[in-house]
Amino acid sequence: MSKYLLNKFLFTVDRDPELVERYRTEPEATVTWWEETQANRILGCIDDERSTWLAFTDEERRALREHDHVALFGMGAHPFLTLTLFIALFERDHPEPMSYQRGYAEALAHIALPYPDIAT
Amino acid sequence: MAQVVAVIASTHHPFYYRASTAVGEDRPPFADEWVAKIERFRETLTRARPDVLVMVGSDHFHQLWLDNMPQFLVGKAPVYDANWYNEEREFGLPRLRLEGHEELSSHILRGGLDSGFDLAFSNELRIDHSVTCPIITLRPEADLPIVPVYTNIFAPPLPQPSRFVELGRTLRALVESWPSDQRVAIIGTGHLSLELGGPRQFGPHGPDPEFDRKAVDWIASGDLTGCLGEVTLESLHAPGNATHGFMDFMLMMGVAGDGVRADHVDSLDLFHTMEAYFTWYPEGALA
Repeated sequence: MSKYLLNKFLFTVDRDPELVERYRTEPEATVTWWEETQANRILGCIDDERSTWLAFTDEERRALREHDHVALFGMGAHPFLTLTLFIALFERDHPEPMSYQRGYAEALAHIALPYPDIAT
Repeated sequence: MAQVVAVIASTHHPFYYRASTAVGEDRPPFADEWVAKIERFRETLTRARPDVLVMVGSDHFHQLWLDNMPQFLVGKAPVYDANWYNEEREFGLPRLRLEGHEELSSHILRGGLDSGFDLAFSNELRIDHSVTCPIITLRPEADLPIVPVYTNIFAPPLPQPSRFVELGRTLRALVESWPSDQRVAIIGTGHLSLELGGPRQFGPHGPDPEFDRKAVDWIASGDLTGCLGEVTLESLHAPGNATHGFMDFMLMMGVAGDGVRADHVDSLDLFHTMEAYFTWYPEGALA
């Protein structure tokens, strides 16, 4: 389990307009590329000084490739990061104001308190 | 010494800018009432004639990140650029550029370190909507220098609620010990009950109206004893998964003082969250 790495994916994609579009249209290829080239980058360091140990589990990789926000919530990915990125990805397909956000919540309706722990 | 001329606590709603500037069919039905409340709230700051603003907020994973996460951080820079691509994208927020006040930043950092708060600092900070929302609502001219203070209400492990209150008390004392004739307003924003990214988000009102009612009473009456008696890091999960932002209100209660009633109290029940606005005037502030 790497909540940190899930969050790092969501964080680095959400802040980059080009990556947001790539992740929307080519999620499998983007997740594969990101894990191979970006997962171990330490932000603010040169490439040579990368980490050596960060990788997704199979389930984490699947959830990201399939845009599965319910699974990400269950794994303890930070809900603010997931929500913000997924609004950028999919709100445009739901023209009625807030309809995407409400559907997003309905898909999580089976989850009761306490929610999965988001501490990293 | 410097004078604290207003203490202001508020929710920060990133949709205000878009709602208040929208026209015609795009203007939401609640916009006029919201704008009227904000304009009354703005007047409470204007009346205090501040020279400098100390702005308490919380970075939402914009510049501060999990590889190096401070609990409490003070900006010390001559200039702060503000707002981020994803805030323009989602909320339509404009980019801003605010002047800093390095002398007051230095005073707060030195004094904080010497009185029990190992504050982090930043010499190049791009600030986000937790600080720019109150600029837009309270001082849209964006013409006063600021000292940003960021708290971690977002990435656990978080400091205890009592530390937020204590930091508020310390900030008040530090500003009042600053050898200057400047008039300082201390402004902080947080949340009442709020859910983001979970099953209770974006409902017809905030996720826990009962918590909101109690919270408004605590803040309006300065009831730190009642508030600290009920609020814990664990208890804040129940009203909504983003309700730890209430600890920034608790910080501002610490600034305002134990048992001190707010001079201006207002709220607005919006679709998914309750907005709330408070202003305290320390004695002699309006003289």
